[in-house]
Amino acid sequence: MTAETETAEHDLPDDIVALIDVPQYERAATFDVERGYSYNTLAATQNGNPLFWDDEVADELTNGPIAVPTTLSLWMRPHFWEPGADGEQVALQVHFDLKARFDLPEAVMTDNTLILHEPVRPGDRISHRQVLRSVSGPKTTKLGSGRFWVIDIEYLNQRDELVGVESYTGFGYRRAGDTGGDAS
Amino acid sequence: MTASAPVLHPTVAVDDTIDDLTIEVTPTTVVLGALASRDWRPMHHDFKFATERNGVADIFLNTPNQAAWFERYITDWTGPRGRIGRMTFRMRDSVFPGDAMTFSATVTGAEVDETGCGWVDLDVTLRAVGPDRPERVCSTCSARVAVPVTADDNPWSRRGDDWRP
Repeated sequence: MTAETETAEHDLPDDIVALIDVPQYERAATFDVERGYSYNTLAATQNGNPLFWDDEVADELTNGPIAVPTTLSLWMRPHFWEPGADGEQVALQVHFDLKARFDLPEAVMTDNTLILHEPVRPGDRISHRQVLRSVSGPKTTKLGSGRFWVIDIEYLNQRDELVGVESYTGFGYRRAGDTGGDAS
Repeated sequence: MTASAPVLHPTVAVDDTIDDLTIEVTPTTVVLGALASRDWRPMHHDFKFATERNGVADIFLNTPNQAAWFERYITDWTGPRGRIGRMTFRMRDSVFPGDAMTFSATVTGAEVDETGCGWVDLDVTLRAVGPDRPERVCSTCSARVAVPVTADDNPWSRRGDDWRP
């Protein structure tokens, strides 16, 4: 699999071209950043960094506890279900919009960039916006045929301080020989 | 307990290497990592979905959890004063249960920026090998991490224009 993207607006539908570099899904999380949930990431990665486990170290270095920096996206990920929600709730809606728009049932992420700014702290309420940066022309990899796309996400805290910027490259595809199937 | 002795910028040189870290990956590793990052997508917990829908060998490590593994590996080396500013990784192949995944890294740059912040650039490689899978490079990562330039320096104290990741 090769992660390659390009802005190939000449072969893109007009409605997709119109979305490039336009912020979408500007919204705030429905829950606060919480220290307890950070421990799940620390446990999952067997991360014993005392900055996250020892309050004295956290007080000394960061004036109190902070969230594990690479958990940035976690604080904007929706609950799998909540009252009034229609269907599965997904984090990176632009990615799923593109899968549906191009009728590509499968997708994987190939590249991820994290740029970390102000630390996220317990009690913060994070907001974000998603920006489609590019969509490739049709590509074929070992997984199947489809398109690559790049989506940036800007994260802010409740004081409108930039806490991070993330960029994903996704590959939406249809497996060889697959002529049907629902977007997943 | 106070913050342990950190890696200091003047002691770091290009071509330095960091000790490998090897982890045996189990289904729990994958599922715990996915749920810890609130990633509910089925290819990270549902074997049939991963194999029959996605066409891959098994459930596999999700993206945010890989980021967290890279962070753990890097800050194991820097100590708690190490502050990651930027990290880019490309996932070439997936990490599956049954794999042994190994992180290794080489220093590719060491500079002090005009604000006095000491930066170290790292190339990190994540390799995996499984009982039925050959050793392969699964992900390559370029990371930029701030480390203290003196024993009293604390990169976490930087804000605004003094933090340029």
